[in-house]
Amino acid sequence: MAERHIQGIRIEGLRKRYGEGDTAVDALKGVDMQVAPGEVVGLIGPSGSGKSTLLKCLGAVIEPSAGRMTLGQEVIYDDGWQIGDLRALRRDNIGFVFQAPYLIPFLDVTDNVALLPMLAGRSNSESRRRALELLEALDVAHRARAMPSELSGGEQQRVAIARALVNRPPVILADEPTAPLDSERALAVIRILNQMAQQFSTAIIVVTHDEKIIPTFRRIYHIRDGRTHEEAGEAKSLE
Amino acid sequence: MISLAGRDILHAWGKFVFTGVGLGLLIGVTLTMAGVYRGMVDDAKVLLDNSGADLWVVQQGTLGPYAESSSLYDDTWRSILGAAGVLRAANVTYLTMQVRRGERDVRAMVVGIVAGEPGQPGQPGFLVAGRHITRSHYEAVADLASGFQLGDRIQIRRNHYTVVGLTRRMVSSGGDPMIFIPLRDAQAAQFLKDNDAIVRQRARTAANPAFGAPNVLDAVLASQGSNPYVNAVLVQIEPGHDPEAVAEPLRRWKRLTVYTRQQMEEILIGKLIATSSKQIGMFLVILAIVSAAIVAFIIYTLTLGKIREIAVLKLIGTRNRTIAGMILQQAIGLGLIGFVVGKIAATFWAPFFPKYVLLETGDALRGFIAVVVICILASVLAIRAALKVDPAEAIGG
Repeated sequence: MAERHIQGIRIEGLRKRYGEGDTAVDALKGVDMQVAPGEVVGLIGPSGSGKSTLLKCLGAVIEPSAGRMTLGQEVIYDDGWQIGDLRALRRDNIGFVFQAPYLIPFLDVTDNVALLPMLAGRSNSESRRRALELLEALDVAHRARAMPSELSGGEQQRVAIARALVNRPPVILADEPTAPLDSERALAVIRILNQMAQQFSTAIIVVTHDEKIIPTFRRIYHIRDGRTHEEAGEAKSLE
Repeated sequence: MISLAGRDILHAWGKFVFTGVGLGLLIGVTLTMAGVYRGMVDDAKVLLDNSGADLWVVQQGTLGPYAESSSLYDDTWRSILGAAGVLRAANVTYLTMQVRRGERDVRAMVVGIVAGEPGQPGQPGFLVAGRHITRSHYEAVADLASGFQLGDRIQIRRNHYTVVGLTRRMVSSGGDPMIFIPLRDAQAAQFLKDNDAIVRQRARTAANPAFGAPNVLDAVLASQGSNPYVNAVLVQIEPGHDPEAVAEPLRRWKRLTVYTRQQMEEILIGKLIATSSKQIGMFLVILAIVSAAIVAFIIYTLTLGKIREIAVLKLIGTRNRTIAGMILQQAIGLGLIGFVVGKIAATFWAPFFPKYVLLETGDALRGFIAVVVICILASVLAIRAALKVDPAEAIGG
């Protein structure tokens, strides 16, 4: 799948059922969602509402039970995966940012970021060049040779964002990326995500409970009992 | 592509090195056990080499003189010397015992040889100090491993001997150092009774009416006071003769058992040290299993400690074979560290063992291959655990 052709993500009637028969649980009951390139949307909901299940379906980590998902022009799921190599789909088209940065502890900052393009078959020098460009953009280039354990929480999260962006994916899924951070750093992370979404035309979905950042989204998807509904956010200034 | 295994090892080098050192000491013990077996085989071969014999003539129907007791009359060698193809023949006795020097005693194989004839079969091949035995009594040549020095006075049974020469690598098949003494002394030492026993035996013989005829009692008593037996006759054959061709007439006409060098080697290695080699083999198997279990446990534990990282790696698109390769390389890396430490340790401590430990390059190579194979097998458990990790674990929820 050529990355230039993929723009944004669209989900229609996505369902996910765990188990069978009397014990079956419907975690998602028909989720509709659309995120355009360059847009950052919030996905909020109480515990057990289906946020993590939706994120796993979007991340091609678990298979939905029904529905349709489109990445740019390409349908990747239509009541069944339309893509053979989900691992390559994740590597090339979906970036992940987690609640904790989960950097690889035995790789330095540059190689943590450069690992993805290396896995995609790019040369070490090209991968490191890309990594350094992003680290520069995220203002952590001065820690390029540091090990993850030597970074502050904010720096680690910025490196994680660089890792999510390095293969220029059309979609980034961020799972509570600001949870461990104080207000100032949390807002800084959201500011960075917005900048990167604009700069790389990336659609970013931020799953969060964080009251500090919810007002910053232009659009918010609420998820409750496996269904989503959309509402306009406050779009509070990040400056 | 960067080496994930290499980076992980470098990052946690202390853990790997200390674990590798522990594993290495175990591998060192394994290599040493193999060396002990090789040393036993080498001792057996050295025993045969240093005897200088081509044929061993022993009591009929026995596996003597090393594996079983064997007795031959000490004049048998004369008739053997006359056989076709025989260059030299010499009597020899072997007796394993404690040899004393002052308060200290040493387990040794006392070898009775014909004094004053260097080059005869059975003689020590070379001396590192002193001279050969030249007198018929009370001189000894000792192997360096006995710890005796030139001029030392040692006690064998009731008699004292002066160490006049020192030799090296003259050991029994059990690794005991040899002490050479004159044949007559050795024959006496084998059957020597204490004075009270001799007096009682003489009285008992004198009381027997069958020995009442003139001179008969004296003749019988004289025969009881000496030992006309030796354990074997060692034979050197003339150049160009086939040992088997020389041995065959001796077997047929002299009614004796004769072994060639190859047959004697089979007896020593195949029978005498067979049980010991099986014992060592069992140790090697157990040590290999223990090593495998340790490597498996360590690699499995290290892998479990990285479950979250593995989940992240899988989520971001790392191939299963890359993750399996990382674990496999770490296991092999651990094995390599262990092997290097083990080889160095075995080389360092081998000379301090009381018996000869022979560390052969071939065994080290086989050991290296075994370590690599064990590490590969040991990593299977950890690889299975890693491949079962669900990338969804990185997302949580």
